[in-house]
Amino acid sequence: MTLTAESTTPTVPTSSDTFVAPGQPGSVVEVKPRYDNFIGGKWVAPVKGQYMADVSPVNGQPFCEVARSTPEDVELALDAAHAAKDAWGEASLTERAAVLNAVADAIEANLEMLAVAETWENGKPVRETLAADIPLAVDHFRYFAGATRSLEGHSTEIDKDTVAYHFHEPLGVVGQIIPFNFPLLMAAWKIAPALAAGNCTVVKPASPTPWSILKFAEVIQDIVPPGVINIITGPGGEIGKALASSPRIAKIGFTGETTTGRLIMQYAAQNLIPSTVELGGKSPNIFFADVMDADDEFLDKAIEGLVLFAFNKGEVCTCPSRALIHESIYDRFMERCLARIAEIRQGNPLDPTTMIGPQVSTQQIEKIASYVDIGRQEGAQCLIGGDRAHLGGGLEGGYYFEPTVLKGHNDMRVFQEEIFGPVLAVTTFTDEADAVRIANDTLYGLGAGVWTRNGNLAYRMGRAIKAGRVWTNCYHLYPAGAAFGGYKISGVGRENHQMMLEHYSQTKNLLVSYSTKPLGFF
Amino acid sequence: MVTTDGPTVAPGVIATPAALAAIADLVQDRGPVMFFQSGGCCDGSLPICFVDGEFVVSDNDVLLGHVGGSPFYIDHRQYEAWKHTQLILDVGEGDPEGFSLPAGENQHFVITSRLHRRRAPDRPGPGDTTDVGRPGTPDRASFGVR
Repeated sequence: MTLTAESTTPTVPTSSDTFVAPGQPGSVVEVKPRYDNFIGGKWVAPVKGQYMADVSPVNGQPFCEVARSTPEDVELALDAAHAAKDAWGEASLTERAAVLNAVADAIEANLEMLAVAETWENGKPVRETLAADIPLAVDHFRYFAGATRSLEGHSTEIDKDTVAYHFHEPLGVVGQIIPFNFPLLMAAWKIAPALAAGNCTVVKPASPTPWSILKFAEVIQDIVPPGVINIITGPGGEIGKALASSPRIAKIGFTGETTTGRLIMQYAAQNLIPSTVELGGKSPNIFFADVMDADDEFLDKAIEGLVLFAFNKGEVCTCPSRALIHESIYDRFMERCLARIAEIRQGNPLDPTTMIGPQVSTQQIEKIASYVDIGRQEGAQCLIGGDRAHLGGGLEGGYYFEPTVLKGHNDMRVFQEEIFGPVLAVTTFTDEADAVRIANDTLYGLGAGVWTRNGNLAYRMGRAIKAGRVWTNCYHLYPAGAAFGGYKISGVGRENHQMMLEHYSQTKNLLVSYSTKPLGFF
Repeated sequence: MVTTDGPTVAPGVIATPAALAAIADLVQDRGPVMFFQSGGCCDGSLPICFVDGEFVVSDNDVLLGHVGGSPFYIDHRQYEAWKHTQLILDVGEGDPEGFSLPAGENQHFVITSRLHRRRAPDRPGPGDTTDVGRPGTPDRASFGVR
């Protein structure tokens, strides 16, 4: 996988030693029976004393309990954040950057522990969490530590004696709602810029994945000043709403789906606060005929580029879930791709050789199955997979779905809706204009991929596709420093870039007159 | 409000007995509820159930129909991509993962879909269809009314 923060050379682990499941003797991850909320730097029991089971998708078994918070707990977290906001907002850039760098160092020192925890709770293969999720989280904290120190205000000489100074000031306390598909990395994407800009945050992790971020909190609790990061777990409908609609937050950040995105923006509108929402996609991955001009390393890369629909079991907003292949190479190219897909190793995600683990929950796997069903009803041809995978060896209760390819046309529901599973919809195109037409015939505009040996064609396609990011001869790279966000209904705002600091700052203008002369009006 | 009140389509959404029972319980506990069909990412493609009025519906949203007396909406752009299929509201195990109300304890609402097979009779009729094996009739009187 070419996803490491440090380089683009493949660093896929080759060890065959399966990690011991968290909580079991010999595991690198300690599991307590029960976890409270992380508020004001302390572990605080939920006000109503309720907890909920956290289930591992690997085997479908509960492995710990987390707080089932209520709006009262949201208020406690907001109290702690407000108590901390002045000191943190006034902390020097040196101090803030030092804290962010220390957070990065602490994650890095616990990389294996956090990777295994993330894998156990989410089901993503440990080869991905070790090589991508956790190293990228480390890098994001370092990036924003540097970015905030290099961010400059502006001053304008309005006239000889009048100067407009522009300062970035923190918003204060922000709310951030994290999705289940990259629980730690998406948390890093949101927390790092918020803190870098001098804000305190109340974070709500997704209901299926509340625990790995609490392991993160254990790692950083003595590093980050109390109240700067607060984490509350529980159902979205109750505490997600209480947080997002609270008049005590100055901004809401959300990653999730469109309806909730609208709801978040509605709450923000009611409180007149800004929001950043990242809302999914149905990303086209376009393969021009010249990818098959030679049977070389680039062709191999392009084949892997198609198979990346199975990365993180397809639970990625930018999943390249629509492959558009030039008609002249379709048969030859798909033959190679299907052979590669058939080699995908599905199984225990704690095994470093496993390439695809379980979906995060029963709800997700039900949804995927219902999509394959409607795809078949619409006449899509199933080229590989298509069913739940029933694995043995203690994984019987897990939520596994076979990597699946459906051939059809772009009007089918499986081409129009985000399935959020390892299901690829594939079709052909006739020429460049047809490729652009099909690529843009979607409600979404988050990501896209273009594969060609022709740089001019790649540039034209990249500019013609209505999406926030067009990966060109690559896919699924998420380096800090490359702005990420959606066109169309895929969201509003950009993450992963210094511009995020603007999203988490107020602009203060001091308009100063250095003249002693009155205006003369009165 | 855009409606699906055309003469050509069967109800855009129907509900299973389990879903209707869950809606009845919810309405009893919390008062009127509404549904919005979500799209994209994470909890996308799941029906989201709100206390009625919690989610602000725009003039561009499409009222697909009523289930258990509760309105079921979809984004107009999504409707264009979905309108050749009929949604069947059902109940699955597990708490809802997003902002939806649960469909009872440890239960959530789900949809399955099927292609519209035949046209609905062009006449007003009862809104709710409990038998998912038979296309129902659109509740025309309630189209456009929240």
